[in-house]
Amino acid sequence: MAENPSGDLRLVQLSKEFDTFTAVHPLDLTIPQGEFFALLGPSGCGKTTTLRMVAGLEEPTSGAIYIGDTDISEIKAFKRNVNTVFQNYALFPHMRILDNVAFGLKRRGDKNAMAKAQEALELVELGHTAKKKPNQLSGGMQQRVALARAIVNRPDVLLLDEPLGALDLKLRRQMQIELKRIQADVGITFIHVTHDQEEAMTMADSVAVMNAGRLEQVGSPAELYDRPASTFVANFLGQSNLLTSRITGDAGEGLSSADCHGYPILVATENIPDGVSDVFVGVRPEKFRLGRHGRNQLKGTVTDDSFTGVATQYLVRLPWGFEVTVIQPNDGSPRAKVGENVDISWEPGSEFILDASQDEDAGMLDTGLRHG
Amino acid sequence: MANMAVAVGGTEAPPPRRAGRNWVPYALLVPGLLFLAFFYAAPMVTLGSQSLQEGNVYDGYILTGNVGIYPETLSEYWPHLFRSLGYAASATFFGLILAYPLAYYMAQKAGRWKNIMLILVIAPFFTSFLIRTLAWRIILSDGGVVSDVVQASGFDHVLNFMGLTQGDTLLNSKFAVIAGLTYNFLPFMILPLFAALDRLDPRLMEAARDLYASGWQTFRRVIWPLSLPGVVAGTLLTFIPAAGDYINSRLLGNTQTVMIGQVIDSLFLRVLDFPKAAALSFILLVMIVALVGFYVRKAGTEELV
Repeated sequence: MAENPSGDLRLVQLSKEFDTFTAVHPLDLTIPQGEFFALLGPSGCGKTTTLRMVAGLEEPTSGAIYIGDTDISEIKAFKRNVNTVFQNYALFPHMRILDNVAFGLKRRGDKNAMAKAQEALELVELGHTAKKKPNQLSGGMQQRVALARAIVNRPDVLLLDEPLGALDLKLRRQMQIELKRIQADVGITFIHVTHDQEEAMTMADSVAVMNAGRLEQVGSPAELYDRPASTFVANFLGQSNLLTSRITGDAGEGLSSADCHGYPILVATENIPDGVSDVFVGVRPEKFRLGRHGRNQLKGTVTDDSFTGVATQYLVRLPWGFEVTVIQPNDGSPRAKVGENVDISWEPGSEFILDASQDEDAGMLDTGLRHG
Repeated sequence: MANMAVAVGGTEAPPPRRAGRNWVPYALLVPGLLFLAFFYAAPMVTLGSQSLQEGNVYDGYILTGNVGIYPETLSEYWPHLFRSLGYAASATFFGLILAYPLAYYMAQKAGRWKNIMLILVIAPFFTSFLIRTLAWRIILSDGGVVSDVVQASGFDHVLNFMGLTQGDTLLNSKFAVIAGLTYNFLPFMILPLFAALDRLDPRLMEAARDLYASGWQTFRRVIWPLSLPGVVAGTLLTFIPAAGDYINSRLLGNTQTVMIGQVIDSLFLRVLDFPKAAALSFILLVMIVALVGFYVRKAGTEELV
C-alpha cells in the first residue's frame, strides 16, 4: 500500500439516501490496489448501492470516492476509469461478441480496439465465439464475455455485481477459480459484490461485511471467521454457537474464568472485549469435540446427527435446554448415536467473545445460529 | 438467463399424434379464410377487373382488357401521387421526431405514470377521426392562439418561404395538411415505439455508460438499434394510411394540396369514372408495396416480414 499509493480506492464518509430510506450510512473503506476485495452482505444491505456509487451509476448523497489522490465522485460514469460486470451481464444483444468487447475501447477511440478485444476474448478462452451474438452463448460464456468486455479497458478498478449469481453451482465453482486466475493475471483491483459468504471467503483477499447500510467488519476471511466483531458477522459467516456467559475473574496464564449457566469455563483473556462482563462465548461447530479432549467440558444429549462424508454434524442438547452444533471430522474417532449422553469439549482460546448487549439473532440464517 | 433454463427444461417430446386427426387447426382457419376471401380477395379481383373495363355508368361496362388506362392515369395524376407520398413521408418524419422522445420517456422514465400516459395517447381514438380533423380548422384558424404565436415569432415567414403556407393564414395550406396527417397518425407511431423501448433493458444503457459511451453514443449505438423494430413498425403504420388519406387534404388543404386518396374518392363517387378510379387505386397500392418492401429490406429487420 505504502509503496504504491496511487491506485488505492478510498471511500470517505460515503453515503446514499433515497427518498424513503438510507441505503448506505456514511462509510469509510480503503481497498488496496490490486486486491481481490469482496463486499459481502444480505440483499438490501447497501453493497450494490456502494458499488454503483463507485461506478458512477448512482450519485452519492455525501462523501467522496478517491482513486489514489483523485476524487472521482464528481466524474461522470462514462469518463471514469472504472468498469462493471453487471449481474445479468447486460451484453448488447444486437452486437457480435467481438463488438461487445470492443465497445469501450472504440468509445475511447482506441485504434487497436478489435485486436485488443480479440486478445481479451482469448484470455477468457472464448476467442472462437467472436462472430456470434450473445443469445447464441450459454450463461457461463456470456458471463466470461461480460468480464472480457470490462477488463479489456484496463480499468483502475473492476466492479463485479453478483457476477456468478445466475450460474448453477458447478459452473459457479469453476468461474470462481477462473475469476481468481484472471485477477492474478491482470492485477486489476477487483471489487466483488456477493451475498454468498462461501464465495466471498474462497475468492477474496479481504472481505467487508455490510449490514443495513453499515460496514460491520473488514478483514481477511480467516479474521472474519475466527474473530468476528459482531453477532451479525458471526452468524452470517458460517455457523456459530453462542453461549451466554458471565466473565467471573482472572484464571492466570492469559485465561479468564467464566460462568456459563452455572458451569465453569475458561476463555482467553485477550478475546474479551474491553469493559464487558456479560458476553456470548462463540464456538464454531468444528472447534467442539465429542469426548473429554479439551479443558472446557460440558455434558449433553445427542438429538440429531447427519453424516456428510467428510464429517458428521451433531445437534447436542446442553443441560439448560440449548442445542449446539458440533461437527466431528471423519477421522476414525468414535461416532455418537441419537439419544446418547456425551461430553463435548473445546480448548480455551479457540472461542470468540462478543458483547451480550447486542442482538443475538443478527444475521441469523435458517440454520446458522444457536445461542443460549 | 432464467428463461434459458426454462427453455432447456421445456424441451420435452410432444405427445404422440395420430395421423388424419389434424383437421382442427384447419377448421379454425376457415372463418378467417372466408373473411379474407369475401372482404379482401373478391374486392381486389373486382377492382382489378373494373380497371380494365370500358363504358359508362348509364350503358354499363364491358371488360375489354384496356391496359392502356394505366399509363394514361399515371400521366394524368402523377403529381398527386408524388405529392401524397411526399406528404406521407413528411408526416412520418415529424411523427417520428415527436413520438420518439415521448415513447422513450413513457417506457423508461414515467414509472407509475406510464399507464396514464398510454391512456392519454389512445384517448383521441374515442372521438371520430373526422371531428378531430375538423377541430384542427379551429386550432389553426386566423386570430387563434397558434396563428398569433406563429406570427409573433416570425415563423410565418419561414413557412411562407418554404412554400408551406401563403400569406398570413395557416389554414388551407400544405402546412395544415401535413400537420393534420402528423397529428392523426401520431398514436400509430407512439405505440410500436413504446412497445420496443419498453422492452429495452435499462441495464444496457448503464452498461454503455459504464463503457465510456456519452449520452449521444449510447443512443446511437444501443438505444436506436434496439428500437429499430419499433421504428420500422411505427413508420409503416403512419406512412401507409397517411399516403392514402383523403380527409386531411380535403378539410385542411386547398386545390394545390389535393392528395391521391381525394382523387380516388372523387373519381369513384363524383366523376363516376370507375375504371380510372380502380386503376389509380392499383397504382397507389403497387407503389406503396414497392416502397415498403424496399424500406423493410433496407432497415434489415427480419422480425417484421
